[in-house]
Amino acid sequence: MIGLINYGMGNLHSVAKALEKAGGEVELVTEAESLKNYDRIVLPGVGAFRDCIAALKESGLDVAIKDEIATGKPFLGICLGMQVLMDYSLEFGRHKGLGLIPGAVTHFPEDHAARGYKIPHMGWNDVIFSSEKPQHPVLAPLAGQQVYYVHSYCCMPENPDHLLAACSYGDYPFAAAVGRDNIVAVQFHPEKSQSAGLAMMEAFLQWNP
Amino acid sequence: MPSWFILMLSKRIIPCLDVAHGRVVKGVQFVDIIDAGDPVEAAIKYDQQGADELCFLDIRASHESRDTLYHMVTEVAEHVFMPLTVGGGVKALSDIENLLHAGADKVSINTAAIFTPELVKEAAERFGSSTIVVAVDAKSVGDHWECFTHGGRKPTGINAVEWAKRMSDYGAGEILLTSMDADGTKNGYDIPLTRAVSDAISANVVASGGVGTLEHMAEGLKAGGADAVLAASIFHFGTFTIAETKAYLAKQGIPVRN
Repeated sequence: MIGLINYGMGNLHSVAKALEKAGGEVELVTEAESLKNYDRIVLPGVGAFRDCIAALKESGLDVAIKDEIATGKPFLGICLGMQVLMDYSLEFGRHKGLGLIPGAVTHFPEDHAARGYKIPHMGWNDVIFSSEKPQHPVLAPLAGQQVYYVHSYCCMPENPDHLLAACSYGDYPFAAAVGRDNIVAVQFHPEKSQSAGLAMMEAFLQWNP
Repeated sequence: MPSWFILMLSKRIIPCLDVAHGRVVKGVQFVDIIDAGDPVEAAIKYDQQGADELCFLDIRASHESRDTLYHMVTEVAEHVFMPLTVGGGVKALSDIENLLHAGADKVSINTAAIFTPELVKEAAERFGSSTIVVAVDAKSVGDHWECFTHGGRKPTGINAVEWAKRMSDYGAGEILLTSMDADGTKNGYDIPLTRAVSDAISANVVASGGVGTLEHMAEGLKAGGADAVLAASIFHFGTFTIAETKAYLAKQGIPVRN
């Protein structure tokens, strides 16, 4: 059973339906204590970093997420659910994240829009893998596919080993996916990326890190 | 990160479906509107053709029909896994919240933004810029363009380019720009208008109104500088499929998703 974390923000409906379409059984989790009952955890997210972290803290889910990740369960973060794993974000001031992946969440460069790269980065773009390391099993179905991104802030992990896949907007590179051990997190929306996204969801359901 | 690492964000092709009472309708310039069927079937068809996004506009938006619209959005979102923009009759933060909860990814605000510009700012702060679209209906007046409401019938006296800039500054992530002069003509998008707005704002621009040929789509994206093109009748009436459109655009050197 997949625990889909509901912290009162964003549209869980699409993520739940996509996981079900990929063959998973999904329940929404609002109580920190019940997170331990699930064998896979998904943290979705739409909205502002500050509000997301505040909501997770208020419900105690911030601690529960860290505890459950420490047990080795497969964990998937999506969009804002990826960004909150980082050390901190500069969205609406500096805000501390869960610190599970060292690195920062920053805005695209100030002059990006003036150079013709509209903000948010919205639409279909690539997922690029390093040629020097094996593709992560959850992300492998995305090789050569485009996926749907929509975000104004982006992550760059400090440790290159944590960068699982990259993307760039204009000439500005950022992390398409980060992870380590049993954590995989993506900037794009697999639940909105048609067959490519569903294939990734299936791979997540079969992943045993 | 290698220095050659420069990717191309694909330009988006968006079929637009007019809906009334939860059904897809089609008509020519709001005349002879006929029932064109089930929104879920239409969405699945466009999904299979490779549409990048879908836009549903409730043309008979009324208080009584809201629940029908929410239900329709939920149904569609259960069957296709692609971005959905929904608009028509959005007046308050609660309308936006209801549409997002129903399964919309983006909500388009039109007339309400003109009367209550602060709604856009509040909505962007609460739901994120990426979810807020402002529909701008513009018509040429003298040497500039002006915003019109009520399907192009009522002038507002507001300069459309300045308005789009203000909405972008207020946090709208996307401007759905419809030329009321071009709409329904099949003579092509209003390119000077599209270019003027695209150059003036940091938000994404979706060109709408007037498309009749594939060349028009290429013009909107290249000369108009739009990030996405929206079309209704050429897709509904089967003049072109999405796949044919993309094949043509790719030949013109425009980045599109296969």
